[in-house]
Amino acid sequence: MNLRTPLQQVKGLGSAKEGAGHWWWQRLTAIILLPIGLWFVFSFLRLIGGDHQTVIAWLSSPWKAALVVLFLAAMFYHAKLGMQIVIEDYIHVEWLKMTCLIAMQFILLLFGVTAVLAVLRLAL
Amino acid sequence: MSKATRPLSPHLQIYKPQLTSVLSITHRATGVVLTFGALAIALFFIAAASGEEQFNTINGVFDSGFGKLLMFAWSFCFFYHLCNGVRHLFWDAGQGFEIETVYTTGKIVVIAALVLTALLWIVA
Repeated sequence: MNLRTPLQQVKGLGSAKEGAGHWWWQRLTAIILLPIGLWFVFSFLRLIGGDHQTVIAWLSSPWKAALVVLFLAAMFYHAKLGMQIVIEDYIHVEWLKMTCLIAMQFILLLFGVTAVLAVLRLAL
Repeated sequence: MSKATRPLSPHLQIYKPQLTSVLSITHRATGVVLTFGALAIALFFIAAASGEEQFNTINGVFDSGFGKLLMFAWSFCFFYHLCNGVRHLFWDAGQGFEIETVYTTGKIVVIAALVLTALLWIVA
């Protein structure tokens, strides 16, 4: 017996076997961001208005630099997963939805990678 | 499959907003707002790694009246998204689905977000 809907048969798309992946990573990054996010927000606000040396000194601690990198990675991935759902739910024109999804992922990847490189450069 | 042109539920134009539905859409809205905050955080570190001159420019923007207002809004969005995210994690674990509990936790989330925002700006 074939349990696929007629639409699925026409499109020829089956399960990619990663149905729960999006859900799981959204939760995992959320749990990671809970403690690190709280720590980061309180630390980050103190850096604002300070001088350049303070930021460099703050990131010279390996633990802090590592936590910032972890925070950035988890935050940007969590943002990507969330924005993906929002775009998929509210944009119904197929070409526009695809364009927004690709642009969103490219922008978040670019900013995320560049920010991590910047932190590493300051830390090392 | 032809697209149905009949009206779909919920009819948002005549849908009475409830605490539950408002908090739900606010979770998404704050998530989108926070994505832009993520880009701002990235720019801060990128500028810091680019040099003292670039850092001073972006630090000045963050430290301005407009920057502070933006960061205040972002911090509330952060704490709301964090608290309501915890509420979501409890739901994921199958807890707190009774209608009174849903309303109680909803109110707790709003109060906790306000308290944490105040705490952040008093402490940091």
